[in-house]
Amino acid sequence: MNSLALSFELAACVAAILLLIGTPVAYWLAYTHWRGKFLLESIVALPLVLPPTVLGFYALLAMGPRGPLGKLWMALFGHGLAFTFSGLVLASVVYSFPFGVQPLIASFEAVDPRLLEASAVLGSGKWETFLRVILPLSLPGVVTAGVLSFAHTLGEFGVVLMVGGDLAGVTRTASIDIYDRVQTLEYGEANQLALLLLAIAFGVLCLVYAVNRRVWTPAWTRWSAK
Amino acid sequence: MDTMEREVNSAALVACIQKKPRADASFILDVSVEAPPGITILFGPSGAGKSTLLDCLSGLVRPDAGKIVVGESVLFDSALRIDIPPQKRGIAYVFQSLALFPHLSVEQNIEYGLRDIPDQDRRRRIEEILQAFGVENLRQRKPAQISGGERQRTALARSLVTEPSLLLLDEPLTGLDAELKAAIVEDLRAWNVAKCIPILYVTHSREEVDALGDRVIAIDNGRVLSHGAPMEVLDAPRRKRLAQAAGFENLLDATVVDLREQDGVMRLRLGEGACEIEVPLAHAAAGDHVQVAIRAGDILLASERPRGLSARNVIEGRMTSLEQRGTICVAGVDCGVMFVVHVTPGAVRTLELATGKPVWLVLKTHSCHLVD
Repeated sequence: MNSLALSFELAACVAAILLLIGTPVAYWLAYTHWRGKFLLESIVALPLVLPPTVLGFYALLAMGPRGPLGKLWMALFGHGLAFTFSGLVLASVVYSFPFGVQPLIASFEAVDPRLLEASAVLGSGKWETFLRVILPLSLPGVVTAGVLSFAHTLGEFGVVLMVGGDLAGVTRTASIDIYDRVQTLEYGEANQLALLLLAIAFGVLCLVYAVNRRVWTPAWTRWSAK
Repeated sequence: MDTMEREVNSAALVACIQKKPRADASFILDVSVEAPPGITILFGPSGAGKSTLLDCLSGLVRPDAGKIVVGESVLFDSALRIDIPPQKRGIAYVFQSLALFPHLSVEQNIEYGLRDIPDQDRRRRIEEILQAFGVENLRQRKPAQISGGERQRTALARSLVTEPSLLLLDEPLTGLDAELKAAIVEDLRAWNVAKCIPILYVTHSREEVDALGDRVIAIDNGRVLSHGAPMEVLDAPRRKRLAQAAGFENLLDATVVDLREQDGVMRLRLGEGACEIEVPLAHAAAGDHVQVAIRAGDILLASERPRGLSARNVIEGRMTSLEQRGTICVAGVDCGVMFVVHVTPGAVRTLELATGKPVWLVLKTHSCHLVD
């Protein structure tokens, strides 16, 4: 399996998991009046400022054979977590968490609270209101969250190196592959991969900004036709 | 209307609510309101607590204490720890901002509250309400693609199609011209002839009270000031802020001179003793400081000293300003205290009114209202 395909698989898994976990977390953060909310907000934003090696180091300790996650994983599946694809996914989810959650919080908070109250007096409970009002109105935010966490995972290096090692076909992602090739002076191959990642990153960011600026509006987010 | 109301009076809203919206503020809402089927207007200046009251009734805000009953059903009772959530109260609430769902069409907006209703019934109700509020041609449009009046009709239709037991309207017709407003109110009245539910209509516009008015509850600073027919409540305001809101242009400080109980009047000295007028007898004593409210449109203006009038109050003064605003002329008259008087442009021409000229003001005793 080549490194680029592995990167894509990892990024897709992480983006999907982040949307699933990130949505309830973002919902809670957007609507809670709890005074300690800033604590959780800080934790969510932590990976933005933490050196990837720090995060990777603690992830490795936790996933190691004597770490709590490693032990749990061993008990559940009969093998360790460090240096596996699953371990990579887990660490990447933590690392890309702010990119998956913050766009969701922003778009949930942007929904007019009166619309939620209107939904309530029209007979809808919280869950129904979420599905029928908040989510449809937050679609640009959902797209942004998915795309950004995908792209961010695609480009990560430090955490992957710490937690994944460098096992071809298992944990050697494109960004690691580029590093390896530079080390062995294969500049041509390194350049090919690097150019490809650059193009993908640029394309992905164009998509995000276009969706949020409504330059190009996908059919399923088209509501403010003006 | 009266007989119909009496038959279904069991559907009335009876509520008493205490609520301190913010812990730090001194404002406290403490009201008892009753609204039989039909339109009841909740009138008062902004900040009086009208919207807080509606939020409490709808269940969006939990009162600190009190009880809310619509017909037979208890929706809130702090003593019994009953607090039905808003989605189960069966109360419709149209906000000032309307809060139409921007991602849904007019028809989908109207359909929103009908999820648990069988298909056939739902279609019938949607068609009925689309027609009743004249928006059947807009069903595929999004809220951003229709006019203000159409949005207001859609919001009303969306709330009423759920067949609520109580309708709360928070200044839903703000910003519409009078004609359009009247048409929508007519549709609302027509609809309520059949359904006969209590409608609480919040406004701070005196014109809307006159257009709608069956009953008025006047509220200010979190308290009910008075309630009853619009004439009784607003034409004889008992509080200064209410007087201003109800369009009394003249609010004058005065001192009670003496009481003439057998005539049912008392004499007031205006301002610093500039002139005296006779007003209806009220609970006061000689020497009391009071305020008297007089509508600018209730004052007659004469260019010569009038004679042979039933009106008891004729005051001499000098015109200090004259300004045309639309179809009325607003005159400022200095009689020792300043009066604002409304006259027609025709009268200005006939009487050759101009600033600096001497004029006489004529006030009927019962056009002078004492406020607390």
